[in-house]
Amino acid sequence: MVDTTSVASGELFDVAIIGAGVVGCATARRFAIAGANVVLIEKGSDILSGASKANSAILHTGFDAPPGSLELELVRAGRQEYLEIRETLGLSLVQTGALVCAWNELEADKLASIEAQGRGNGIEDLKVLSATQARETVPSLSGHLVAALEVSGEHVIDPWSAPLAYLTQAAGLGATFLRNTELHSGQFDGHWILKTSSGVINARSVINAAGLYGDVVDQRLGFEAEFRIKPRKGQFVVLDKAAFKHVPRIVLPVPTEITKGIVICPTAFGNVLIGPTAEDQDDRVRATVDTETLRALLKRGVELVPALEGMPVTAVYAGLRPASESKAYRVFSRPAQKAITLGGIRSTGLSSSLGLAQHALKLHNAFGEKFEPRHDIPNIGVPNLTETQERDWQRSDHGEIVCHCELVTKREIEAALESVVPPGDFGGLRRRTRAGMGRCQGFYCNARLAEMTKGRLATSLAAAEEGQA
Amino acid sequence: MNMLADVIVIGGGPSGVAAALELRRQGVEKVIILEREPYLGGATRHCSHSPFGMLEFGRVYFGESYGRKLEDEAAKAGVEVRTGYSVVDLEDDGTLRVTSPHGVEEMRASRILYATGAREKPRSARLITGDRPIGVVTTGTLQSYVAFHGLMPFRKPVIVGSELVALSATLTCLMHGARPVAVLEPRPHALARAPLTWFPTLVGIPFHRGTELVDIKGRTRVEAVTIRKNGSEQTLECDGVLLTGQFTPESSLFLKSTMGIDRGSDGPKVDQSGRTVNPIFFAAGNVLRAVETGGWAFCEGRAVGKSLASDLQSGIKASDHVPVTHDDPIKLVMPSILRRADTTSAAFNQFQLRVTRRVKGRLSLEIDGKEVWSSRKVWMPERRILVPIPPQALSAQAVGFRIVED
Repeated sequence: MVDTTSVASGELFDVAIIGAGVVGCATARRFAIAGANVVLIEKGSDILSGASKANSAILHTGFDAPPGSLELELVRAGRQEYLEIRETLGLSLVQTGALVCAWNELEADKLASIEAQGRGNGIEDLKVLSATQARETVPSLSGHLVAALEVSGEHVIDPWSAPLAYLTQAAGLGATFLRNTELHSGQFDGHWILKTSSGVINARSVINAAGLYGDVVDQRLGFEAEFRIKPRKGQFVVLDKAAFKHVPRIVLPVPTEITKGIVICPTAFGNVLIGPTAEDQDDRVRATVDTETLRALLKRGVELVPALEGMPVTAVYAGLRPASESKAYRVFSRPAQKAITLGGIRSTGLSSSLGLAQHALKLHNAFGEKFEPRHDIPNIGVPNLTETQERDWQRSDHGEIVCHCELVTKREIEAALESVVPPGDFGGLRRRTRAGMGRCQGFYCNARLAEMTKGRLATSLAAAEEGQA
Repeated sequence: MNMLADVIVIGGGPSGVAAALELRRQGVEKVIILEREPYLGGATRHCSHSPFGMLEFGRVYFGESYGRKLEDEAAKAGVEVRTGYSVVDLEDDGTLRVTSPHGVEEMRASRILYATGAREKPRSARLITGDRPIGVVTTGTLQSYVAFHGLMPFRKPVIVGSELVALSATLTCLMHGARPVAVLEPRPHALARAPLTWFPTLVGIPFHRGTELVDIKGRTRVEAVTIRKNGSEQTLECDGVLLTGQFTPESSLFLKSTMGIDRGSDGPKVDQSGRTVNPIFFAAGNVLRAVETGGWAFCEGRAVGKSLASDLQSGIKASDHVPVTHDDPIKLVMPSILRRADTTSAAFNQFQLRVTRRVKGRLSLEIDGKEVWSSRKVWMPERRILVPIPPQALSAQAVGFRIVED
């Protein structure tokens, strides 16, 4: 049962997961496969409504993660599972590799220790390159390059189709997804009684994967706050597909204590992105872009890759990372109350989500709940949107193209609207199909999409008729 | 691969169709138009109340009826029109990678004419500050909401820009039950000519000159904008933002190809015959420079079609070209390259120039270090400036424009 708007009275779920970001979706999948009766609740009108909708879409190796950390362990586990399930679920993978680029001697001096840290972290395919060697693999890098560390295992993926695939598979195993459902409070009385905006939900255990609201949800569940979310905004600029040929690999900076820094990165969709910034703020909802910062990102991009000069901007966006007081993941298990918190997943959640889900199940096993593992796992794939893999427009009977910039077919849009986890808002439709995400940003197709999605999205594209509410 | 046609025209707007008609009139056997939409007409189809056709057909057509006229003319002339065909890549040898309802195929012709028109820059490319809610659209999007679907993207928009298209959009809003809250023009002067610029004021819509849009607010749909005039900020409640003007050539296939684009016009570089840096490819219409009327694009298409026909007769011209140079505040010069005079009849006997801002001064053309033309006046942005191409320009080593400000 998917996407019901109110909850079947009296049903006792095995596990209630709060938050349908990438971590919540991966956790729903893992528990559904383990045989649990899962409910996933989401405040927004679609999955990925918070932190997970905006990131740099890199599948990390963990080479630069803190040694011995839970983050490192889960990034590695998550990445491994991603690579294992990739083909069955139709997930994206662009094997770009990355170059950690040193732009001065000081940075170059750090490369050896980053390499050593990476090897200590169990990542083998690392190699310090001279500027000349690095430019053999990315000829467009600026002449100011001093040296680089090659990390062959860093890859680029489609950050939206993967979580959709996780939840789609969970739904195929019977998981319930409730959107527009905000948790108001929770009480543990042998089992959890969760009061939500869609009514009461009963569950034996609860998993908090609420991202930007992780601390708030812990409080609403009646726990002392163990951490506090300090949203960190990241702005990005996406360049035209013409830029792709100049950036065949991920161009990483030498990281500082505070941030991984500005990345220049090819995307699975054939564009190039520059970002993110790291701007602390209190607001957990608004992620605004601003002209000066976007200009500065473009300028930085051109400094490092001069061939990007004059490349048209296709899109700009900003996301919020659920940072906390500490760099570490804030994962807590409370066996007495059968509650798990997966919090403070700052910037590696896309890579670690499947690992976090495994970890949550391990913690949950200690609660003494037993499920009957499923053997009838449906391998429901998601439609491919990655440029390097076959897209619908390349097939012989694709019919009509609606979005010309991203070559999105009419039947892809119709299929998304009719899918197991259909889009709840326009952003969700864009993330599922790419429609309107290209260089004209809907100049040609927005009106058509308004027509096709009439009455099907939380906020309609077209304004109400006069006299209508 | 075998040649599929003498000429494949990419884009079925006024310039592409005009070129195809002229090619047939000149006796070119096989001419195919590839149009990605289901109908011919291009941007004119969106404009339900702008008149088209006077210049080329001697009578006025509105919106989609102009496209139907183009379809009739193409059919009569024996042009093969393939709609629903999107070109996805241009190869140097003239091979096109094309997708259609039948899937992906490659097509090749002796010459390719690129006539993909122009569109408006979206919000993203303008790097505007703020939230990214629903309801921030360009005029083209607004026109297609109205013309094709009977919908409106907003009821109380703020309109940004004062090119002619902004005034036309204001009219569209009023005719379809929307009431613009204000019209903003960041520059101190309206870009369209009076008396058209009086129009918003006449219908009671505040027209703020010298006013910038500095913030967009709204969680799902637009709720308000902040504007700045003379250093002071003000918030206007609204449910949409209409971005007008700032047209840009739809030249993405060129940008992606090895041919690249001209940094001034953002369209393909072309010579006096409409021939690009790769002599297999020609270009015409608004992709050369944004933006002119449908009628202008039609005439340009016809002229380039004629040149192309004679080029087919005389064979590929791979001769070197001379760039036409220019400095700020000149934004673009088209044609942006010149090739030594050949037997091909020129499509352009005038340079088209645009400036980036309002500038008062002396504009001059120098050929091989010698000034051959000049004019002093106030030059306005987004207005075409025409300068005759002197015959000696076609055999020169250096051709350049500059403006010395008063």
